[in-house]
Amino acid sequence: MAVIASGAEAVVSLEGDTVIKARIQKRYRLKEIDETLRRERTRTEARLISEARRCGVPTPIIREVVDFEIRMEYINGIALKNVIIPELSERTGELIGRLHTCGIVHGDLTTSNILFKDGKLFLIDFGLAYLDKTVEARGVDIHVLFQTFESTHENHEELIEAFKKGYGRTFSGANEVIERVKEIESRGRYA
Amino acid sequence: MSKTLVLGLEGTAWNLSAAIVDEHDVIAETTATYKPLTGGIHPREAAQHHANHIKEVVGEALKKGGKDLSAVAFSQGPGLGPCLRTVATAARALALSMQIPLIGVNHCIAHIEVGRWKTPAKDPVTLYVSGANSQVLAYRAGYYRVFGETLDIGIGNAFDKFARSVGLAHPGGPKVEELAKQSERYVPLPYTVKGMDFSFSGLTTAAQEYVKKHPLPEICHSFQETAFAMLVEVTERAVAHTGKSEVLLAGGVGANARLREMLKIMCEDRAIEFYVPDKRFMGDNGAMIAYLGLLMYKAGYRTPVPDSRVNPNYRPDDVEVTWR
Repeated sequence: MAVIASGAEAVVSLEGDTVIKARIQKRYRLKEIDETLRRERTRTEARLISEARRCGVPTPIIREVVDFEIRMEYINGIALKNVIIPELSERTGELIGRLHTCGIVHGDLTTSNILFKDGKLFLIDFGLAYLDKTVEARGVDIHVLFQTFESTHENHEELIEAFKKGYGRTFSGANEVIERVKEIESRGRYA
Repeated sequence: MSKTLVLGLEGTAWNLSAAIVDEHDVIAETTATYKPLTGGIHPREAAQHHANHIKEVVGEALKKGGKDLSAVAFSQGPGLGPCLRTVATAARALALSMQIPLIGVNHCIAHIEVGRWKTPAKDPVTLYVSGANSQVLAYRAGYYRVFGETLDIGIGNAFDKFARSVGLAHPGGPKVEELAKQSERYVPLPYTVKGMDFSFSGLTTAAQEYVKKHPLPEICHSFQETAFAMLVEVTERAVAHTGKSEVLLAGGVGANARLREMLKIMCEDRAIEFYVPDKRFMGDNGAMIAYLGLLMYKAGYRTPVPDSRVNPNYRPDDVEVTWR
């Protein structure tokens, strides 16, 4: 078993063609908070990964869920942050449009959580995903992605424009959400 | 080599402070603190306080080291409009009468730079937590980027709001911290992290409700544990995302011992360094404004009077950083 990723929240290891995502204990927070967060997030994640695929968003296939651990299919791709160009940003928009149409909010949309493999984009790490059809939740979802564009990619304005194009193509409520993103950005941070 | 001396004026909210620094140290610092009689900070009253005290505060600082100043720096934002305007007016008058350049600085970045000055931190992920601000910041390609921030109110305001609702006087943070020590029972409260951002308003409302059914220390303990877990989680995610190996704590809420402990544990577990400046550099202070002013002055920044209008929503990621 080889560790393939060690994130802030979980250790992801590979066993054959199975990825094991184990949420690790955090000593800094109370045991009650820690275990509740880890258990709830594990279950929700597994459920939403499957749900997203049914909605036309490529995700790994779930094999087993126990306590703080998910076993799932291995996607041998490259992180979007290493290959992103406006065209892929547009296709990311289409993907997220389908996800939002389906009522799922990813909750951690970063360019590290989208994989590119065989000309296809896969959405992974549903660790903070939840079901929500409000404009606000969808707006925050996209605001988070745009923030990653801004904080890690120099040509972020181009990427944002391309994303909007794709998003509008697959999701009928796109305009309203994009408007909300602007508002979220400008909201009273000093109130 | 001649030293550069810069006067800095801070007055974004409750604390009015003037300081003179050179490259190495604080030469002088004078402070006058606004304390509301009841309730929280009243912006107009705070501004009035600053107007009443600025002459003596600046006068004292100048008396201790006001010779051969190179520039006058002031907090241009973010902050409370009336307070910012009062202090900016004083800064303009001083710069014009002394015939030296004026430099408007971003208050959030001053918190980071004073930490890089007064601790060994070189390129940290900064958790900046104060009354009105709660942000996770890190430097990348010419800007201090905001990796995560509050979607509604600052953590300090959340503490103050909750504290006021249960009859504790302003500022509520230290009192909540004291009471929290008396309980180890945890009452589940809303934990809201959305991607890299966090939210404290739901938590505050829930705490105000639950306190009707649970002892106050229990809710104080639960409130702190929940809020800080959210902040530390996002800080850790920023560290993981950026690959940086230092964490810096900044802002007045950084005085909380439990928050420090949680950050320290997180950093130990990731085998990275954790830095906290001395208390005098944590809360709002004139020295940090003077020091950032000095860095910017040496990098060639100048703020002509027509461009010196205050900006209550001044974002740290609006400032191009060329002094690093």
